[in-house]
Amino acid sequence: MSGVNTAGWRPSMNSTEGVATGPVTASGDRALMLEEPLIFELDGEGKWGVDIDACERPMASALAKFARKAAPALPGLTEPEVVRHYTRLSRQNYGIDLGPFPLGSCTMKHNPRLNEKMARLPGFADVHPLQPQKTVEGALEVIEQLADWLITLTGMASVAMSPKAGAHGELCGLLCIRAALDARGETRDIVLVPESAHGTNPATAAFAGFKVQTIPATPEGRVDVAALKEKLGPDVAGVMITNPNTCGLFEPELKDIADAVHAAGGYVYCDGANFNAIVGRVRPGDLGVDAMHINLHKTFSTPHGGGGPGAGPVVLSEALAPFAPLPFVTRGADGSIHLVEEENRGEGHDRAFGRMVAFHGQMGMFTRALAYILSHGADGLRQVAEDAVLNANYVLRSLDDVLEAPFGASGPCMHEALFSDAGLPEGLSTLDIAKGLIDEGFHPMTVYFPLVVKGAMLIEPTETESKQGLDRFIASMRRLAERAKAGDESLHAAPFYAPRRRLDETRAARKPVLVWKGDQTEG
Amino acid sequence: MRYLPLTPADRASMLETIGAGSVDELFRDVPEAARQSGPIAGLPMHASEMAVERHLSKLAAKNLNAGSAPFFLGAGAYRHHVPASVDHLIQRGEFLTAYTPYQPEIAQGTLQVLFEFQTQVARLFGTDIANASMYDGSTACWEAILMAARITRKGKAVLSGGLHPHYGEVVRTMAKFTKDDIASLVPELTAEADDAAVIAAIDEATSSVVVQYPDIMGRIPDLAAIAEAAHAKKALLIVVVTEPVALGLLEAPGHLGADIVVGEGQSLGVGLQFGGPYLGLFGCSEKFVRQMPGRLCGETVDAEGKRGFVLTLSTREQHIRREKATSNICTNSGLCALAFSIHMSLLGGEGLARLAARNHDRMQAVVHRLTQIEGVTLLSDAYFNEATLVLPREAREVVRDLADRGVLGGVSLGRLFPEHGALHNGLLVAATETVSDEDIEEFATALAAVLEGERA
Amino acid sequence: MSVYYSEDHEWIEVEGDLGTVGITDYAQGQLGDITFVDLPEEGAEVAKGDSVAVVDSVKAASDVYTPVSGVIAAINEALADEPELVNTDAEVGGWLFRVTLSNPSELEELMDEAAYKTYVEGL
Repeated sequence: MSGVNTAGWRPSMNSTEGVATGPVTASGDRALMLEEPLIFELDGEGKWGVDIDACERPMASALAKFARKAAPALPGLTEPEVVRHYTRLSRQNYGIDLGPFPLGSCTMKHNPRLNEKMARLPGFADVHPLQPQKTVEGALEVIEQLADWLITLTGMASVAMSPKAGAHGELCGLLCIRAALDARGETRDIVLVPESAHGTNPATAAFAGFKVQTIPATPEGRVDVAALKEKLGPDVAGVMITNPNTCGLFEPELKDIADAVHAAGGYVYCDGANFNAIVGRVRPGDLGVDAMHINLHKTFSTPHGGGGPGAGPVVLSEALAPFAPLPFVTRGADGSIHLVEEENRGEGHDRAFGRMVAFHGQMGMFTRALAYILSHGADGLRQVAEDAVLNANYVLRSLDDVLEAPFGASGPCMHEALFSDAGLPEGLSTLDIAKGLIDEGFHPMTVYFPLVVKGAMLIEPTETESKQGLDRFIASMRRLAERAKAGDESLHAAPFYAPRRRLDETRAARKPVLVWKGDQTEG
Repeated sequence: MRYLPLTPADRASMLETIGAGSVDELFRDVPEAARQSGPIAGLPMHASEMAVERHLSKLAAKNLNAGSAPFFLGAGAYRHHVPASVDHLIQRGEFLTAYTPYQPEIAQGTLQVLFEFQTQVARLFGTDIANASMYDGSTACWEAILMAARITRKGKAVLSGGLHPHYGEVVRTMAKFTKDDIASLVPELTAEADDAAVIAAIDEATSSVVVQYPDIMGRIPDLAAIAEAAHAKKALLIVVVTEPVALGLLEAPGHLGADIVVGEGQSLGVGLQFGGPYLGLFGCSEKFVRQMPGRLCGETVDAEGKRGFVLTLSTREQHIRREKATSNICTNSGLCALAFSIHMSLLGGEGLARLAARNHDRMQAVVHRLTQIEGVTLLSDAYFNEATLVLPREAREVVRDLADRGVLGGVSLGRLFPEHGALHNGLLVAATETVSDEDIEEFATALAAVLEGERA
Repeated sequence: MSVYYSEDHEWIEVEGDLGTVGITDYAQGQLGDITFVDLPEEGAEVAKGDSVAVVDSVKAASDVYTPVSGVIAAINEALADEPELVNTDAEVGGWLFRVTLSNPSELEELMDEAAYKTYVEGL
């Protein structure tokens, strides 16, 4: 007979009974759990991963006195080594592509790959910000089309596109308010901020030269409107309100607040971090908002990239529109697009408060966001908000019997469900649930925010999570809540199955080691 | 819709679990008057991937991209060859779709990259430490000025006339609101950088001196001399580097006395992208670490004693310090930092030096050829990969005429400094390793023709 | 020599016109691991209630208010290398700064040890 197994390889399923743990490996790796040294610890002597053409001339003599004595002490590696280093590192990361990422107030939704492809078209990726305008009309058109969508979706008058991220957008909005007050000859210097606000709000207000006064929250998790109105007066420049708020609730009295603020001569800044809950269903302009930043990396699906780059265009009301910073893209009555910079600010934008960035803002993100917006259209975006809210309420009602939902009785939530560790036994806390969730294969929710709820857990599933995915997440959360209630102390030691166990943050902060010095001898 | 996984049946069953009759019920807190009853009017409906691609491709085709024309622009954004592996690696979902590494156990990939990035930037700049990146060079420049003011407890910054005018505008805009005092020196079309004027402007009230290296006109200031003058008045020297490739050839600012070095990292790994996203680089002396803005990644160990990395010193940041935070910057430019770091790893220090030499080589070829044209002179013979050519007439028009001939021939100083008429004959020309001999010849032919007044 | 306590959890030990200030053991316990202490400059003039120092833990930064007015006479240099002294020895070796009192009558508004103990129990 043919095919006799001479190699002796026979698949088998040996019993693992009695084998508690696997062997310690010589490499330190465990199959697909791979360790990776620092790039400086790989052998980078005399190698490179980029071939560079030889020079034809010696260095200009005038440059010689400025020449570097020694090249930077950095290793070079060949392409296969570099690809392997970063690929191995990537596997120590959790991303949306791997599973649910229910980080409240961060809107970790799927990042469509069409967006990436569009941003990489040479006509967008390979154009210089200072090319003559007639060679970049398509790029300006992208900015203008996205601006138009943002204006229409929010019901506002204008938009400043250049801010680089959410907090930068907040700053832009407050500087517009400052400029508008200056134009009125007023020196109002107080900004009211609810205590539930994200920390960037008071930070930004202080940075823009305002004094911050805090507005308390009601027991239902909303802004105390009476307390806010009491503080209004001739010194109040405006309020900063997040809607939906950081407790995941809509502020139904925002219009009423806005009317009162306007009557008192102030402006309303809305933190648009949670716009995903209402996009296509509510226009902030209808609620009396004067300025609101839009995190393109949240609502409009541009990638978070492990911490930026973001993008934070700011929509503006009629009252603030004239002060938007340069550069500014406008469309003329004849449909032609104009780029207004310092040299031609007289052409319709002479009251701009200045400039916030070197060039046009996050163009690469504009292209991605526009691709996403065009994909969804007005109908799809509305469905985005509905599904985001539906998913959050589904999580809220599927867990509120095992975890404390501090505002669960207030009615439906918007796009995020808020829980606390109030019902857990002494000694087990939000942090333990979060770290336990890592072992379950999920990214933890936002923890200890908002500050108005002790031991807060803020869960934002987003609309790109399937029901099946949510059910798996809910099952894991229920199991963790049960383990915690049963006093399972092993949660303190979680995670067990991640690339690293809990890290010593105290040590990192006491004696900061911020750069590698492995090749330098002591002293 | 292709991005929305819920089916109508899912929605119905979920509403039942929630105990709501319809999705509208979930929006009941929205006042009646503010509810949109259907899709917002005046906007198109959803579109297929193919349709969106067609629409955006048409817009992209309206632009003249750098790779399809002789290209010589710089002025703070440089076109370098980015190895294919860079863009491949940054698109791995584990990097692309991760959040800020607040859960370090499952973010060691991002964190180790940031630690490596910080080390690379510090060694490039010649500073003790560097942060995990900022929005861009211009915002990093302003943050450095604020930091110097906190350290020196003084509030006046002297800006060299050789600083990128957009950076200067950002600084002046912000200072208007923070009430910091900014002394901006007037840029002049001279062969030497304005070192003497900078040194003369430093007084006891000065907290920082901001000098670009190489400067906006391609000249190279004498950092050591400026550092000495600044330190004598207890002011800090902030050096701005808009072209990090230059530091493959030029001495690191940190080795010449700079206290804070900031820059634009776009040159390595990121690409032009019509101005963004880019990444701000920020390095300084270790003793200033607690006053430094931006995210920092630090080394530590985990519960089993294994080396690991975390974001650290976060008490400086605004989500904790609220109105007492050291800066407005909340995020970094993580993915761009990754791209920078990968490109730098492919080059290594020696490769960067070779790349820098090749850039300088190309620029010498450009200068050599263009100055053969009648009426075209070189402003300063100490240049790296960018230099100012002085034309016999205003460069603004010349640049437009060159574009009509399909040549992207630099940035006119008139566009950068509209209010300084004395500079308007200046044309800022950059050349990187991507420039070919044919590009140079086409540029020279077109420039000669434009200057002779021929019609395109 | 006597020790006084403030409602903001600072203690001050007074000898003559010199007061030594720190945060209480209760306060350090609430803050968790101290990672850094930002101290005032010697010679600085301070008024009661001013924020003159900052105590950082991993996730929080807490202002320390001076319980009395005066001039900063000394700071605890040891904390630069060993901020953990505030955790391990809050009310002796983990002192923050010394202040020359300009208005000793301010001490009367502070609590003694027994009153502070009662105050903390009530929190």
